[in-house]
Amino acid sequence: MQESDNNQFRNPWEDPAAAPFIRIDGLRKEFDGFPAVDGVSLNIYKGELFAILGGSGCGKSTLLRMLAGFEAPTAGQVFIDGVEMTHLPPFARPTNMMFQSYAVFPHYSVADNVAYGLKKEGVGKGEVRARVQEMLELVQLQEFAKRKPRQLSGGQQQRVALARALVKRPKVLLLDEPLAALDKSLRERTQFELMNIQDQLGITFILVTHDQEEAMTLATRIAVMDAGRFVQVGTPTEIYEYPNSRFVADFIGTINLFRCHQRGNDGTAVVACEETGVPIQADLPEAELPDAFDVAVRPEKIRLSRQTPEGEGLTILHGMVEDLAYYGNHSLYRVRTDQGKLVQVSSQNAHRSAELALEWDEQVYLSWPKDCSVVLTQ
Amino acid sequence: MRQRRTFIFSCLCFGYAFLYIPILTMIAWSFNDSRLMSVWTGFSLRWYQALWQNEQIIDAALLSLRIAFVSATFATLLGTLAALAMSRLGRFRGRTAFSGMLAAPLVMPEVITGLSLLMLFVSLQGLLGWPAKRGADTIAIAHITFAMAYVAVVVQARLTAMDRSLEEAAMDLGGRPMGVTLDITLPLIAPAMLSGWLLAFTLSLDDLVIASFVSGPESSTLPMVIYSKVKLGIAPDVNALAAVIVSIVGLGVLAAGWLMLRTARRHTTGAP
Repeated sequence: MQESDNNQFRNPWEDPAAAPFIRIDGLRKEFDGFPAVDGVSLNIYKGELFAILGGSGCGKSTLLRMLAGFEAPTAGQVFIDGVEMTHLPPFARPTNMMFQSYAVFPHYSVADNVAYGLKKEGVGKGEVRARVQEMLELVQLQEFAKRKPRQLSGGQQQRVALARALVKRPKVLLLDEPLAALDKSLRERTQFELMNIQDQLGITFILVTHDQEEAMTLATRIAVMDAGRFVQVGTPTEIYEYPNSRFVADFIGTINLFRCHQRGNDGTAVVACEETGVPIQADLPEAELPDAFDVAVRPEKIRLSRQTPEGEGLTILHGMVEDLAYYGNHSLYRVRTDQGKLVQVSSQNAHRSAELALEWDEQVYLSWPKDCSVVLTQ
Repeated sequence: MRQRRTFIFSCLCFGYAFLYIPILTMIAWSFNDSRLMSVWTGFSLRWYQALWQNEQIIDAALLSLRIAFVSATFATLLGTLAALAMSRLGRFRGRTAFSGMLAAPLVMPEVITGLSLLMLFVSLQGLLGWPAKRGADTIAIAHITFAMAYVAVVVQARLTAMDRSLEEAAMDLGGRPMGVTLDITLPLIAPAMLSGWLLAFTLSLDDLVIASFVSGPESSTLPMVIYSKVKLGIAPDVNALAAVIVSIVGLGVLAAGWLMLRTARRHTTGAP
């Protein structure tokens, strides 16, 4: 394998010289003067599985529909593989979409559904048959080729939709809430299938979802969207461990937020917090901090103990277990600190023995190292 | 509980009796040998024979069928186009006005529709010399005008209920707008178009009011002939005609029911 010059970057988005495969530039869409997508810019690189994550009405579907060509942008541009796509109709774009409702043609057989795009492209009969067969094998629907969609289950219909979208070998596959309508076990299986297929074909995937778990497991990078704008773009780890705002911290998983003030000018690593009564250890950013800001801590970063914990840079709180829930592999605790703040703690049940298990109303210490405190100013 | 059931059951019987006893009586009297409706003199098929030999009725029936076929076909064509425009063109200029005017024939009294069309034809004849005379053509045009609105409503309901992403998916896969309409939209609204056609056909077949306004001296549709015959007193051959029509309609309904049942069965068992 040939070593390239820029192999110090493990991922293309870290390399400033890498050419983006999809370039979205100041994209904006207004409906009756109300911006659904409010000036979004983004680079997506070849082979990525990029997730756009947000609640309902945040503009994520409108953004996807602009990429597919179903909505004309009010302003801004879209480039795919260096070619401008902004005003091209859907049938002239190298993108294919998998719809949330699957949109499988009810009056065509499975094979005809998959063949539709190739026939429209004018591909010869023999090649159509071969490529349809190949796709049906990929999604394991060979035996169902002659069936009508109504004779298939929801999961099978979804695979038809996937095969139909992939058979044209698009440069970009757009997926609108691909797993939303599936039940839990099927969803997990499909997640891995999607990742395998993406790996096999090397097609760039852009998916839109409101399910943070789906985005975290599938995506190479995630853009968190709110009110038509991107709040944060990053890898799942970055988004989870280093959220840049209260919105992202809250949207992805659960998190404890402590309202804090910087103590004088001397405190570089300690901030005052009325809610806990004791100062919180944190790595403060270089930039000037506002008077009030939040420190966020993930529940699984907090340790519970009966004895006073000891260590460098630990924030230590004391409180009482108010509530606990046993989930098998982990337990969730809600601890009321002496100052009355409710803190969520999750701990792995790595050991079978119950000697460590805490009970309701038990007095405990909570502690976490300072690199687990995330300072959020917005 | 028991009383309640008896009550509901008798209501049902009464309702059905109210609907069907007149029709059944009429069919029964069509087999009466006598010319008079009041005396039963014996079973006979002579009125069916008389009907078969009555050229006026046969001609009127054929004319009605021809007009119904032509007007239903054109109404379906135009009504479908109107429905497509209403549900697929987005918000074009004058959409609200168009939508209101499309629904107007549904609520317009037939007398007004008939009168206004008559005036239109008369003034057109004066201005352009067309239509040269009123007859089958003008009846068909009048029927197309009002049946089109019914078709548009039926088809538009189907289009609204249809998942838009089906058409978007087809477009996404490389289908041009025209191709997508032919490949996806039309096959999926075909059942609605068929119901629209049947509705238009029936409306045209039994329309008396509008046809009376816009018909000419040599073109009498079946309802017009029946109506004028009955004005001269009830004729037994009209009874026979009614019995024939009822049997045809009944057979049609039975056939449609059987077809629907068969398709439903096929869907549930999953056989091709």
